[in-house]
Amino acid sequence: MPNPTPQPTPIEELVSQDYKWGFVTDVEADVVPKGLNEDIIRMISAKKHEPEFMLEWRLKAYRHWLTMEEPRWANVTYPPIDYQDIYYYSAPKTFTSRPKSLDEVDPEILRTYEKLGIPLREQEMLAGVAVDAVFDSVSVATTMKEKLAELGIIFCSFSEAVQEHPGLVEKYLGTVVPYTDNFFAALNSAVFSDGSFCYVPKGVRCPVELSTYFRINAKDTGQFERTLIIADEGAWVSYLEGCTAPMRDSNQLHAAVVELIAHDNATIKYSTVQNWYPGDKEGKGGIYNFVTKRGKCLGVNSKISWTQVETGSAITWKYPSCLLIGDGSVGEFYSVAITNHHQQADTGTKMIHIGRNTRSTIVSKGISAGYGQNTYRGMVKIMKGAEGARNYSQCDSMLIGDKCGAHTVPYLEVRTSTAQIEHEASTSKIGEDQIFYCRQRGLSSEDAVSMIVHGFCKEVFRELPMEFAVEAQKLLGISLEGSVG
Amino acid sequence: MALLEIKNLHASVAGKEILRGIDLAMEAGEVHAIMGPNGSGKSTLAQVLAGRDTYEVTEGEILYDGKNLLELDPEERAREGLFMAFQYPVEIPGISNSYFLRAALNAVRKHRGLEELDPMDFLSLAREKLKLLDMDPTFLNRAVNMGFSGGEKKRNEIFQMAVLEPRLAILDETDSGLDIDALKIVANGVNAMRSPERAILVVTHYQRLLNYIVPDRVHVLAGGRIVRSGDAGLAQELEQSGYASLEAEVAA
Repeated sequence: MPNPTPQPTPIEELVSQDYKWGFVTDVEADVVPKGLNEDIIRMISAKKHEPEFMLEWRLKAYRHWLTMEEPRWANVTYPPIDYQDIYYYSAPKTFTSRPKSLDEVDPEILRTYEKLGIPLREQEMLAGVAVDAVFDSVSVATTMKEKLAELGIIFCSFSEAVQEHPGLVEKYLGTVVPYTDNFFAALNSAVFSDGSFCYVPKGVRCPVELSTYFRINAKDTGQFERTLIIADEGAWVSYLEGCTAPMRDSNQLHAAVVELIAHDNATIKYSTVQNWYPGDKEGKGGIYNFVTKRGKCLGVNSKISWTQVETGSAITWKYPSCLLIGDGSVGEFYSVAITNHHQQADTGTKMIHIGRNTRSTIVSKGISAGYGQNTYRGMVKIMKGAEGARNYSQCDSMLIGDKCGAHTVPYLEVRTSTAQIEHEASTSKIGEDQIFYCRQRGLSSEDAVSMIVHGFCKEVFRELPMEFAVEAQKLLGISLEGSVG
Repeated sequence: MALLEIKNLHASVAGKEILRGIDLAMEAGEVHAIMGPNGSGKSTLAQVLAGRDTYEVTEGEILYDGKNLLELDPEERAREGLFMAFQYPVEIPGISNSYFLRAALNAVRKHRGLEELDPMDFLSLAREKLKLLDMDPTFLNRAVNMGFSGGEKKRNEIFQMAVLEPRLAILDETDSGLDIDALKIVANGVNAMRSPERAILVVTHYQRLLNYIVPDRVHVLAGGRIVRSGDAGLAQELEQSGYASLEAEVAA
């Protein structure tokens, strides 16, 4: 049992650093040169004062990565990525190209913030403006941490966890997504800069929704994040991953890894609203969101539930998955993926049934507009011995306009005769009739589309925590702007 | 001044002319009926008034409350108080009737400079109006037109009209698919909405609806033109003679 300590947050230091970064060009202290080699990895590890096991692990991951090839099987296209042309530690914009005031931020982004109803001060934070006015949220974060610590819940940045709880990190890191798993997971393992760590002890129900949101200003988690969440026996935790506003980000590749571990009778609910910069209307720029997310239902009757609303990124490529090992464990995947303009999404899930009487539910809603391409790719695998396993999958696609595409690629593999599997799929086109009906009642075409899409996604939205659902709905409207003439 | 004035209206769809010179004027407080055989252009007229862009207006003009209606988007027309009850009401899965209708009402209210209604105020208003159409309050929680019977869909249209309180209501074949009981309920709902400030244009194939909603004027449409106009008696007359004789007249 680890002894959780409240994390000292050097507020003054952090804030003044941010401020300094914004206005001073002399930043050599925290810059690691472009490109990737063992020295770079050693530098990253050294800067983070990591214990030896972390460095070893990073190096092993790097060496393995060198032997791997970038996968090409997804239904997405993009120009080759030059891995030597990337800063692997502290993205340069944090230092030099960071806007000094909101005047320097793309007005389009500001308009979006306004529509989301984000207060001015938060807008500054989200746009990455170096301001010294973030005291409020930082102190809120600290108060929250103290409250959680009383319950024995550890919730901190990954870097802090490595320092304060190395035992836990060493025990669980890479046990769900090993560095050998795939090309991007290997890359992430080698160079990840930070992320979130959460441990909920035995029998504790986390009383609040944990969110990265209130931490985002304090630490620039960068493009290679790593998240590790462990729910011990009987624990319950709901985690919100908030990329809730378009991030101003000049970097292209976002390769994160998320690992969840649920012990006996534990529940982890992981919700994402992803709204990274999708590129402009012509498809220039934007984030490549290549993420490996996986949960391990290790214990009996454990449960892992993924809910995602993917509205941003130029390319989204991710499959939040569940390994259902414990008998009676439950995996869920609820997803809304929207592609507009030239966005591409190849997303879905994998449900691997290993234990007896394991159950999984998949509800996927894909929406394509403009030239968007949306692929649902899902695997349901019932292993030998997974007696009585059940799966229900539902994949619905909606098309807006006639230049977009929707694709559904389900894989089913059943090796147990007592398993039950149901799969339903549908494709619908948002009708001129529907839009006209709404307009005849006084709604604008954009509101009409947003409403129709919202109705289409309802089964997923109701899985989201309340405040997220509201935000997701607003995002939908914004993402689909200009999708009808 | 007439609330609605249509002058020499020509409209076509996919290059085919459907309306070939319609002239019609309606005062506030009046109920007019447009009758005519299938393909005469009744529904086209209704759709053009509502602003459906499938139809291209090639000639003529429409003045609504003195404004050039053809310059307004469909939603602007709606906010200005023009309502169409659809012949085929559209289904919107996952969106409840009350959510939909409150959004619509608030769009209209906002346009008129009125405060938007919160869900509670809206609910009491909606419940009141539901009674007009003999509808159950649970109806508000059902998704828009999803799984509704034909009659329920038509009643829902009139219910929406009752909530939105338009100045000009166009009922596009609201009677089609209704049994006699439902027809009476719908007609009662419409009659309850007759008022000196409001004009109602009833588009119908059959005379029977006009037994319950007695119009001030009846216009007979054939071949894209109004071939006869008269009072409610004209509808009775048509019931006797049918449209065939009229079409013969037009053809001649």
